[in-house]
Amino acid sequence: MITPLLQLDAVTMQFGGLRCISDFSFSIGDGELVGLIGPNGAGKTTVFNLITGVYRPTAGKIAFAGKSVIGHRPYRITARGIARTFQNIRLFSSLSVFENVRAACNMHLRHGISHALLRGGGFAREESEIESRIVELLGIFGLTAERDVSCRALSYGDQRRLEIVRALATRPKLLLLDEPAAGMNPTEKIELMKLIRFTQEKFGLAVLLVEHDMKVVMGICQRIGVLDYGKKIAEGTADEIRHDPKVVAAYLGKESDA
Amino acid sequence: MTRHPKILLFVALLACAALSSLAGKVSPYYYDVIIGIGINIILAASLNLINGYTGQFSLGHAGFMAVGAYSSAWLTLSFGYIFGLGTLATTTTYFLALIAGGLMAALAGLAVGIPSLRLRGDYLAIVTLGFNEIIKGVIQNAEPLGAQRGLGGMVQSTNFFWTFAFAALTVYVVLTLVHSTYGSGFLAVRDDEIAAEAMGINTTKYKVLAFVVGAFFAGVAGGLYAHFKQFIHPEGFNFLRSFDIVVMVILGGMGSTAGVCLAAVLLTILPEWLRVVDDYPWLPDWLRPITENRMILYSLLLIILMLTRPQGLFGAENLKRKSA
Repeated sequence: MITPLLQLDAVTMQFGGLRCISDFSFSIGDGELVGLIGPNGAGKTTVFNLITGVYRPTAGKIAFAGKSVIGHRPYRITARGIARTFQNIRLFSSLSVFENVRAACNMHLRHGISHALLRGGGFAREESEIESRIVELLGIFGLTAERDVSCRALSYGDQRRLEIVRALATRPKLLLLDEPAAGMNPTEKIELMKLIRFTQEKFGLAVLLVEHDMKVVMGICQRIGVLDYGKKIAEGTADEIRHDPKVVAAYLGKESDA
Repeated sequence: MTRHPKILLFVALLACAALSSLAGKVSPYYYDVIIGIGINIILAASLNLINGYTGQFSLGHAGFMAVGAYSSAWLTLSFGYIFGLGTLATTTTYFLALIAGGLMAALAGLAVGIPSLRLRGDYLAIVTLGFNEIIKGVIQNAEPLGAQRGLGGMVQSTNFFWTFAFAALTVYVVLTLVHSTYGSGFLAVRDDEIAAEAMGINTTKYKVLAFVVGAFFAGVAGGLYAHFKQFIHPEGFNFLRSFDIVVMVILGGMGSTAGVCLAAVLLTILPEWLRVVDDYPWLPDWLRPITENRMILYSLLLIILMLTRPQGLFGAENLKRKSA
């Protein structure tokens, strides 16, 4: 059997007496676009924080490309090829759009502090390489005109897009998107979904998408996992999920009541 | 940021050399004030790397300065004649001692940088303040460093050239570091540590590096000071001195090197300038109390400045929200 890109094996996360995630197993293959859904407070963001090393699981295994990531600092995990966006936007607020993306290019620098200080030819070459990569990424996401604008001046949707650009600048193999469509209007959402699809194909990424807007996930994900009260209650294609009685009870049922 | 910072640095060094030849033409009082400006520029620009660009609130810069001042002074006093007696020989010892003082301070910066990994904001400020007092306490009890009597007898090697050459170098290092992809790590740490880690930035490395580089230049400033005043005393490096430097950084605008340097100049001149009333006998008598109460006036001016420009003189608008 081929080892999946990301493998979570019976992961449990306990905060004091609160069991946030229990016995959660999930996997993502190379280049796969997977969704993770669940009602508010189901533990979706906690799963992200476990994968990216913000939290250390109480029990269970998390392996990326066959190697455990447990106990590694978040920046090391990013260096291995997992990048993420944040549910509550976390851009570098005092920096411009360009500088935000540049900060994410930091980890791939071939040269260190001496080059920055001595400013030789190598430094200039590398900086211009980085610049052209950033310009290309901003172009794909339609942010070229905003290049030198402070990131706080961007619209909400653009800020979310910038977060994706910034994550892509770390050259990930797996991209974790935490509610990328939150706060967007329906048109923006559709556009964003197309964009996610496009980047996934263009960069050959695996994507794990956390959402609670069902339509978004159902539309593009090849496979969907459903989380409720920290437990995985279902997994399958959009159609299977839609008709799963447990999911309907936990999630869709409530929504249709409202 | 200019495309050719190296050329600018070279020009600045030449200007320092030219300035040096004017030294004989200024009165000792102005000489003292101008050297003070140079030293304060080094201190403020280097603290700005820690407090302004990296967002770590350090209140212990005078501690690093003390480490540099005492290390270099002890070195020139102990090994002053190692290269002989000529001007060139003393200058060489002096230069090496300055660098060694800077390195000792950088080592202290490393030691202080490590708690900064677990502490932030007010808590870090308290730890650095404590560090400053510990350094002072150690020196007060160190017999070879003169303890409470202070340490004197150094040769006055510091002049316009060395002071402003190091000031230019400090500004160069801070600016080239910060304006590069490498240095964007400092800014990312300041803005959002969690996001910085998630973008693959080793936040530990950048915080410690900011302390090490900042402390190095504070140490050099201490060495320059020791070899200018020719007498140093532990009380000269207490937390009040640290506050002075922090005030320069905040007043100049956190994260603006130009603003911070301007503030260093202004805040060195201002208390001196308020003495000026005494020099003009024709001024009305009711102005006389200005000289005696100039420190009160100085504080008042600071308060007014902070009320009218909370982001500092050159502070970027976008940092206002954080500092407010």
